[in-house]
Formats: sequence, structure tokens, C-alpha cells
Amino acid sequence: MTNLLLFAFIGIMWVLMLAGGGILVTMVSKITISGYGDEMDFFIASVIKAIIALVFVVFWIVILSKLKNKIFQKQLKP
Amino acid sequence: MVPPLLKILTRKNWAVKDVNRKGGAMVPRPGGPVILAGIILSEISLYFLLPHNSHITKGITALLATTTISFVVGFIDDRKVMGGWFKPLALVVAAIPIIVLGAYEPNLDFPLFGDVKIPALYLGLILILIPITGNTINSIDVMNGIASGFMTIASFSLVLVLFILQNYSVAIMTLPIALTSLAFYKYHKFPARIFPGDSGALTLGAAYGAIAIIGRVEIIAIVALLPAVINSFLFLSSVKRIVEHRQIKRPTVLQDDYTIAATKEPDAPVTLVRLLVAAKPLTEKQIGIAIFKLAIFSGILAIITAIISGAKL
Repeated sequence: MTNLLLFAFIGIMWVLMLAGGGILVTMVSKITISGYGDEMDFFIASVIKAIIALVFVVFWIVILSKLKNKIFQKQLKP
Repeated sequence: MVPPLLKILTRKNWAVKDVNRKGGAMVPRPGGPVILAGIILSEISLYFLLPHNSHITKGITALLATTTISFVVGFIDDRKVMGGWFKPLALVVAAIPIIVLGAYEPNLDFPLFGDVKIPALYLGLILILIPITGNTINSIDVMNGIASGFMTIASFSLVLVLFILQNYSVAIMTLPIALTSLAFYKYHKFPARIFPGDSGALTLGAAYGAIAIIGRVEIIAIVALLPAVINSFLFLSSVKRIVEHRQIKRPTVLQDDYTIAATKEPDAPVTLVRLLVAAKPLTEKQIGIAIFKLAIFSGILAIITAIISGAKL
């Protein structure tokens, strides 16, 4: 049973990785800023993208942590 | 190359107790020098066999430099137990040759969706990826044959992925890592005659990370490593700090019949092995087989990811 749960957990991680990448490429990478000069526009947009990407990573870890507690609830009890 | 190293290690009395073995046999360690030698000699041979272009020259040079620095970091830790932060921080240095030699492209490829150009962020990613892959493989080196067997499966999966993506030169550059892991597994499998030590595990992990960057398959390479990533994730989310594994309570206990069971200690870390033996105790060999099945599953997911990468949404 634990083995099956581990296979499922790996599968979920895989889907989350692909989905997270999809959101970053299709939405976040398209963000542009204008009105501060070319160089500043590029810099500000990059900072915003980096912050969003980091928020996504934290969000991803929180989801995984919650999933881990739910999936392995029985096994993790001392 | 392993038998002569075994003689040297035995003569120097560089051995550690195999705590899960009947009678607690002393096993020579580290096997890192032969792993490094295997990778270096094969990559240098490939350098002369592959067609000469700057991509291959930069790639092989960066791979060798990163691997060698990682070996040195691991060897220091083999001889003198350092703090939990030593390896992650020292492995950042191992990533620098990839940047200095320019053996990367600053685009991160997301399977199915295409790539994003992130020049500045990508440098940070390189500095993070090598410590992650190195320490991830090191953290799964918990029982006979697991680190080398796992790396054999993950590296061969990565070779197939690179062939599918038509990145033939980097696929061939990955073969020495896969074949060195396989050759070492012969001596590392249960009952182990040698342990890789931190020098061996970090060498293999860092070499794998370098290939992921040079071959532009960072995400797919991580997919093939997912069981080891889960192990690190479970460990960190239960311990909640970066700590040297020798400084924490053991997550499993050896029973009288030499099967391994989950510990009842409430503050022991949660690991992949602890989950595997949670329902019922298993022998060391059974645990290894269970982890290899998970590695094969992740390898298949990585190959599927490479196949569907061709069909961009």
C-alpha cells in the first residue's frame, strides 16, 4: 500500500512540475512593463517575474507538504 | 579499478561498520576515487572520439571540473565530518566552472510549453542545481547499492531522454556516468564490498546536475530523480533544518531477524526508507528493490516528458 502511495506521490509531483512550468511560460513570461525607459522596463519586469516564480516555488512546496501529510497520514504517525 | 582501491583502503584501515549487516562487518570507504577516475578517463576518451566543436569542448571541460571539485568536497567530508551547511555551500563552488566556461544556455526549457529566457536568473539556477543534485544523491546513499543503482537507472534514463531530444553529443557524454555507476554497483550492491562515501555520491550527483545544465534538460533530469528528491523533501520537512545526516536520530531500526523497521522515535526524521518499512519490516535487499522500482517509474516519466516535449502546446 505504501509503495502505491509513493508511486502516486511521484505522479502528482510530476503533474505539478509540468503545470507549474506551463503557468510560468504561458502567463508569467509574458509580463511586460513600459514607461520607465527600455533598460528599467526590462529590469522591473525581470524582478517581478523572479518574485512570482519564487512565490510559485514556495506555493509548490506548501502544496507538496500538505499532500505528503494527507497521503502518508497513517505512516507518519510515530 | 575497485580491487586495487579496496586493498589500499583496507591497508589504511579506512572502513566503516555496515550497521545493517549480520555481525556489523567493516566495509572499506570511500569508493569516490574510482568513481571520479572512471568518469574522467571515459570523458577524456570521448573528447578525442567525438567531433571537435566548442560546445563539446566546453561541455566536457565543465563536466570534469565540476565533478572533480565535488569529489574534493566529498573527500574532505569523508575524512572529517563537517557541519550540515558545508556540502551545500562548497558545492556552489563546483558549479562555477559551468558559468566561467559558458557551458550553458540561459534558457530554461519547460516540457510541453517551450522555454523562457532568464539570463540573470539562470546563473542562480546553476549555482543551486549542482548542490541540489549532489546532496540529493548523497542523501539517498543509505543502504548497500542504493546510490549507485539509483544513479545507474537515472543516468540511463537521461541518456534516452537526450537521444529522444536529438541531443546526441551530450547523450554520449552522459554514458560514462551511467556506466561508472553500473560498474561501481557491482561492488556496492548487497552485501557491499565498498561504500562510495560522500566523495562518490557527490561526484555522481554533481556530474548528473552538470549534464542536466549542459544538455538543457534541467526539468526532465529532476523528474528522473524524483524518488531521491522526495527523500530529501521528506527529510527536510520533518527535520526543518539543514543538518549532517550523522548528527540525527536513525529513522529505522535493525531487528533481531535482520529486517529493517520504522523507528518509534517521534523526533526521528521521515525518509523514503522509513515510509517503505512503515507497514512491515523489510530486508535491506527488499528496500533496494522497492527504491529501484520507484527510480524506474520516474525514469519512464522522464522519457514520457521528453517524448511529449516534441508536441508543444
